[in-house]
Amino acid sequence: MALILVLIAVASVAFHLLSPWWWTPIASNWSYIDTTLIITFWITGAVFVVIVLFMAYCLWRFRHRPGRQAAYEPESPRLEAGLIAVTALGIAAMLAPGLVVWSQFVRTPPDAAEVEILAQQWRWSFRLPGTDGRLGAADIRHVGDDNPLGLDPQDSAGQDDVVIDGGDLHLALGQPVKLLMRSYDVVHNFYVPEFRAKMDIIPGMVTQLWFTPSRTGSFDAICNEVCGSSHYAMRGRVVVEDEPTFRAWLDRQKTFSQRAARSTSTREAGLHRPAIDAR
Amino acid sequence: MSDAITGPQGGSPLLPEADDLYHPHSWWTRYVFSQDAKVIAIQYAGTALAIGFVALILSWLIRLQLGFPGLATFIGPAEYYQLITMHGMIMVVYLLTAVFLGGFGNYLIPLMLGARDMVFPYLNMLSYWIYLLAVLVLVASFFAPGGPTGAGWTLYPPQAILAGTPGQEWGIVLMLVSLILFIAGFTMGGVNYVVTVLQARAPGMTLMRMPLTVWGIFTATVLALLAFPALLVGAVMMLLDRLLGTSFFMPAIIEAGQRLRYGGGSPILFQHLFWFFGHPEVYIVALPAFGIVSDLISTHARKNIFGYRMMVWAIVAIGVLSFVVWAHHMYVSGMNPYFGFFFATTTLIIAIPTAIKVYNWVLTLWRGDIHLTVPMLFAIAFIVTFLNGGLTGLFLGNVVVDVPLSDTMFVVAHFHMVMGVAPILVIFGGLYHWYPKVTGRMLDARLGQVHFWITFLGAYAIFFPMHYLGLLGVPRRYYETAGLGFVPPSAETLNAFISLVAFVVGAAQIVFLFNLLHSLRHGAPAGGNPWRATTLEWQTPETPPSHGNWGPALPIVYRWPYDYSVPGAPEDFVPQNQPAPIRAGAVP
Repeated sequence: MALILVLIAVASVAFHLLSPWWWTPIASNWSYIDTTLIITFWITGAVFVVIVLFMAYCLWRFRHRPGRQAAYEPESPRLEAGLIAVTALGIAAMLAPGLVVWSQFVRTPPDAAEVEILAQQWRWSFRLPGTDGRLGAADIRHVGDDNPLGLDPQDSAGQDDVVIDGGDLHLALGQPVKLLMRSYDVVHNFYVPEFRAKMDIIPGMVTQLWFTPSRTGSFDAICNEVCGSSHYAMRGRVVVEDEPTFRAWLDRQKTFSQRAARSTSTREAGLHRPAIDAR
Repeated sequence: MSDAITGPQGGSPLLPEADDLYHPHSWWTRYVFSQDAKVIAIQYAGTALAIGFVALILSWLIRLQLGFPGLATFIGPAEYYQLITMHGMIMVVYLLTAVFLGGFGNYLIPLMLGARDMVFPYLNMLSYWIYLLAVLVLVASFFAPGGPTGAGWTLYPPQAILAGTPGQEWGIVLMLVSLILFIAGFTMGGVNYVVTVLQARAPGMTLMRMPLTVWGIFTATVLALLAFPALLVGAVMMLLDRLLGTSFFMPAIIEAGQRLRYGGGSPILFQHLFWFFGHPEVYIVALPAFGIVSDLISTHARKNIFGYRMMVWAIVAIGVLSFVVWAHHMYVSGMNPYFGFFFATTTLIIAIPTAIKVYNWVLTLWRGDIHLTVPMLFAIAFIVTFLNGGLTGLFLGNVVVDVPLSDTMFVVAHFHMVMGVAPILVIFGGLYHWYPKVTGRMLDARLGQVHFWITFLGAYAIFFPMHYLGLLGVPRRYYETAGLGFVPPSAETLNAFISLVAFVVGAAQIVFLFNLLHSLRHGAPAGGNPWRATTLEWQTPETPPSHGNWGPALPIVYRWPYDYSVPGAPEDFVPQNQPAPIRAGAVP
């Protein structure tokens, strides 16, 4: 048993060092999260190895042999107090950096660009502000076949909003973004492993999340809160590109008013499916 | 009240004489509708282990899909979500909670405290039969139209009761009804355990002379009595939302293009209710395991548990703190993010009393006389897996580190290690340890060794590497990960490896089952006290103990439960009911 415990300690450390499975290369500002994680790995790893090896030593050194008698030692307040102090110190060393980073996580920078994400079973839609830089109001009451995000047709701020229904979300490199996330059915979660950040999306309210893309590329966005039988297939794509490419892409997208005009024309052509009765 | 039970601390007015007990009149009332806590314990444990085997088979099917996607054509996405939901719910509630409190609690509380039975035997019997009913309702959902619910064991609304989730029609209703029944049944048992501990201890059995097993079960029961009502409320409200169309948890919803007649409810409210129960639930399972493992280590290392008083206070402190950490399951739930500061701090503080317990277990080994019996092997394996799972808890409790790891396989690996593998190892250790008292026969030690090594090393090989999949970003509750760019092909190899080990570990449980049944008749006779232990359950006049436990006179307690290897004593253990003052220990 003692030998096996030593092997477990050694094998665990070896696995950690040699594992080909490690986090994805980071693509956002949240490298602080990785740093905190590494600190936690070091502290907890050391504690694990020390305690398991100590146990292994005890099991070997104090194994039963004929005539052996155990010591009688009910407690040792000094030793216990010392251990509590050391533990508290270790805990503080992990908690303090964690809380510092969290305070950055919860404070969105004022220059962050707003982007809306609408999650529905089982797809992603996105909305970016148009030339006015503001997102128009939206509500579940306005949702219809030609208005999947439920934008308020009366709100002028929403007319120039870029609506992406079924396509990829593009973001500009180095520009902080604040995601405003909504759902019209169940709880979802927006997660891009390379960004490290994630947040649940709750129907009936708007949740938010901010980060700054720090690397160009194309990344999988997945739903990370179980949302029904096709949860695993609810996938999207985020493309991070430099500012000019992003602008060019944005200009090619249709705004809300353009989409509305198009769907009116198709309806007039009699090609449109009958609108579902919204009770 | 005769002189025989007037101990140093005086008698308790609630101690029943043997004549006051309800005596069975027939085979039915003796073995089926029994009011004897020992029989109820066996019924509870038997039912829980039986449903646990169902959960084990479900876990095989889960691993079949994850390790070899597409191989089992009968597992589609809907079936997969039903599998994980039922596996989780059965393991957490119907196996772990029931086995520790209903099984070990019923058997050990009266015997370890020198009581004749639980104080409310009829209620105790009712508790089991309602639990059985809850299990049957749960099992019925497998056969209901649409199958059991596939909402995930957390049952988050709105999806739990909407059409996009499998089992929406019958499964979720049966699940909620079953939970409500379970809670009602548990409350009847729980009231019993608490009152028995407080009122029916033998003369001399002060609270600070109780074995840590009883402290663990007692504190866990108090937690359960306070935590389960939150789940009850959540279950009742969700049932109303589902059946009567109320909107406690349901905001305005569009489902498949249709606007539903819901509005104004809060999905997050359910999450708070669920985790207000759900986090103490972790300790409802862990505290009895802490207690039992303390007694196993002390007995088999022939040494008093190190720092008994600190161990008791650590149990109580963990119990109290466990009620102020629940929202660490909800860091990325969309709740007010400033809660994160509070809940991360309380969560990491709870690590301190927990660490004390680990230190004291390993310090008990120091300068002991360690017998590597099968129960001891399981106890040591518990420390390793619990330590591992506890340390990864520091990742997830530290709010910002949780963000990337939340809802990934890292979480799955963490909670399986800390509240799956670790408590189950204690259940096995406890069964090997107390089986001789329950049946009068020893379990076969060689089969026990085979069972132990496969289970321990296998479980470690399953769950340790799994953390690294989570670090990579592999989400939990994914039917398949094919097509995800960040998941390399090597992750599939690892998944296949984990699945193969899981099949072997699962199969090894058949060895245990065989041992359990075979030794009933063919095991070596155990005698009254095969482990030479100090606690009262080993000092009964008969083994297995008869109805009423103690014959004509209750035992009188003179010392704490850990007088092992006392200097100057003729043997290396001094039973709690042995009067001769051998040495005044530093602890009462």
